Amino acid sequence: MSKTTNIMIVGVGGQGTLLASRILGNCVIGEGFDVKVSEVHGMSQRGGSVVTYVKYGEKVWSPIIDKGEADIILAFELLEAYRALPYLKSGGKIIVNDQKINPMPVITGVKEYPADILGKLKSSVNVTSLDALSLAKQAGSIKAVNVVLMGVMAKNTSIPYEKWVETVKDTVPPKFLEVNLKAFETGYNL
Amino acid sequence: MKKLLLGNAAVAQGAYEAGVRFVSSYPGTPSTEITEIIATYPEDEVYCEWAPNEKVAAEAVIGAAIAGGRAMTCCKHVGLNVMADPVFTDSYIGVNGGAVFCVADDPGMHSSQNEQDSRHYAKASKIPMLEPSDSLECKEFTRMAFDLSEQYDTPVFVRLSTRVSHSQSLVEIGERKEIPLKDYKKDIPKNVMMPAMAIKRHVVVEERTDKLIKFAEDTPLNKIENNGSKIGVITNGISYEYSREALGDKVNYFKLGLVWPLPVNSLKEFAEKCDEVYVIEELDPFIEEHCRAIGIKVHGKECFTLLGEYTPAMIKKAVLGEDSAEFTGINEEIPARPPVLCPGCPHRGTFYVLSKLGLTVSGDIGCYTLGAVAPLSSVDTTICMGASISASHGMAKVRGKEFNSKLVSVIGDSTFMHSGITGLSDIVYNKGANTVIILDNSITGMTGHQDNPTTGKTIRGEATKQVDLIKLCKALGIEHVTVADPFDVKNFEAVVKEETARDEVSVIIAQRPCALLKTVKYTGHCEISDKCRKCKMCMKLGCPAISVDKNGNVSIDVTQCNGCGLCIGVCPFGAIEKKD
Ligand SMILES: Cc1ncc(C[n+]2csc(CCOP(=O)(O)OP(=O)(O)O)c2C)c(N)n1
Repeated sequence: MSKTTNIMIVGVGGQGTLLASRILGNCVIGEGFDVKVSEVHGMSQRGGSVVTYVKYGEKVWSPIIDKGEADIILAFELLEAYRALPYLKSGGKIIVNDQKINPMPVITGVKEYPADILGKLKSSVNVTSLDALSLAKQAGSIKAVNVVLMGVMAKNTSIPYEKWVETVKDTVPPKFLEVNLKAFETGYNL
Repeated sequence: MKKLLLGNAAVAQGAYEAGVRFVSSYPGTPSTEITEIIATYPEDEVYCEWAPNEKVAAEAVIGAAIAGGRAMTCCKHVGLNVMADPVFTDSYIGVNGGAVFCVADDPGMHSSQNEQDSRHYAKASKIPMLEPSDSLECKEFTRMAFDLSEQYDTPVFVRLSTRVSHSQSLVEIGERKEIPLKDYKKDIPKNVMMPAMAIKRHVVVEERTDKLIKFAEDTPLNKIENNGSKIGVITNGISYEYSREALGDKVNYFKLGLVWPLPVNSLKEFAEKCDEVYVIEELDPFIEEHCRAIGIKVHGKECFTLLGEYTPAMIKKAVLGEDSAEFTGINEEIPARPPVLCPGCPHRGTFYVLSKLGLTVSGDIGCYTLGAVAPLSSVDTTICMGASISASHGMAKVRGKEFNSKLVSVIGDSTFMHSGITGLSDIVYNKGANTVIILDNSITGMTGHQDNPTTGKTIRGEATKQVDLIKLCKALGIEHVTVADPFDVKNFEAVVKEETARDEVSVIIAQRPCALLKTVKYTGHCEISDKCRKCKMCMKLGCPAISVDKNGNVSIDVTQCNGCGLCIGVCPFGAIEKKD
């Protein structure tokens, strides 16, 4: 069918996945692609699993990504990366922040947080993992985790570096620009 | 200029370009952003407001339209239930300036309490309904809805769904067309709906429907795409995008942009040229039943589902018999991550106390519905907005005094203004003795921070009169109204005990602002000291920042904790300390 690049961004409500998908979407239109970004608002944002999709190419129809169709999964949290695994295309890549956030069933002791998720992912698919939290701290703010991750992902797309920097400049408030540019670079040069 | 816009933003843009002058809505996912975006347009061009509920919003819109201005209200699917009364009669009155009712369904229930299909309302109220399938159509269809409304003298529905409302795609931005106010003329036969007039207006409505069916036969809102296939697909909304992705040029399409009334002859003609016809629509078999009624043989729900959302893979399998892409499975159970009350949420204090006291909790809709999630597991019932109070009235009347002394209702500030006041007056009037807790977090939280009549600010952020909840309750005839901070758990518990024991109706206003408000500044974080005796009292709070390991050691995740300090007051050993 239509050949599109499919990127799935997953995380926990409140981690800034929405901003990441918007930066990505805006970056892509400048390149002359058709693009669709599918977001989630409302209930699930309250600390629940959050999934957004970004698709671009000559023509995009469905805004959602089916199982086995994501070229890249950008995961803000380990368990969410694992949950999203079936969505990865064969030959696709997972970029994962190795932070763990316990979901309520784990907190209350009803369920266990699966052991060695990173090992399990690495044994079956192509994975880049990083400690985005520390990298963001080094860049100047722990709030810039999402932009560090964007940087890593940017490296894995065909969109030129300058275009990304320009989009970050357009999307982030001036007050936080320096930190965010530094965070982006950290991720990009990882 | 092309811009990447949310479907909701595109609806707002379409209304703006159509010269809309008046927008009144009550928030509700997935429709909320439409009105929020309209509030960013110049005030001298569009008046915009949050109404206390959908019925009020729709009535205001109907009034604005009768007075000659183009007007719109936006709501979620269940909001349409609330505004159904004026909507059905406005179908008879029609409009003067164009009126658009925009309603967003939520297949898959991403953020809703049911999965109703709003198309039934169009048919039942005999009001035409347009349904876009991407942002570009959101803008175009909304613009056209206003023209259609004036042309046929009817309000017009624009139906959205979560994936259309909350997906961004490219839209060409146009200019606003200023539409002068239409003249206002007193017209009793048209605008006063009492039997003698309404009998005559019903005739007009049926004639209008006949005209609209003719319009449906060749309107550009509906699109036929002939790919020379023997398979035909009749579809609408987001299902069109999914079908197009899954089936490409392998089938012919009849894409319905006008989902009520549906055409007859053009659908028949389309079907005659195909060997097999599939109706691909989420939720109810609305188009399917129409096709069967006019004698078209179709495949429908037996190949798909009445439940939740469709996907391209599902459609590919059903129509072409092709499997979806291969994928890597996971062979262990992955713990779910349900939404939870945020760290610092004021509702947590309330539910901690209600849970501790083992009370029956007649719940309502808002962030505080999450009080039903373990470990708080406090809420007994959730029905619809406002029902916490009225349902508890019914409970108390059938089960009596003893039961009532262990029963409370919980309702948010926005929900109380929406439809809680009438229920409360029912209790007072009919000699009930319930205890109602108004969870006043100074904002409409669930839908993303909208102001409401209790916050003292308008949608544009201007200062305005603020409803005084204490005086309001007193005016209804309630003598015992107490304000208490839910984070002062000891006092809050004492207040709840006292008020539930009382054989009179009472209201507790649990007052503490939402932790996500910019004005709320919790700092630092909490830490467990070596005084901890592993009693796990703090675990009963269901705070996402506090967890316990296999050995019973409790810890606080600093990246999650915002330092609200609720846990400090709950710990019996003083083992939780605040750090900078
Ligand atoms: C009829 C109807 N309209 C709108 C909604 C969407 N909605 C769910 S909860 C809510 C408001 C909640 O605000 P509030 O009562 O102040 O509680 P909070 O979320 O702030 O705790 C809204 C608008 C709905 N579920 N039903």
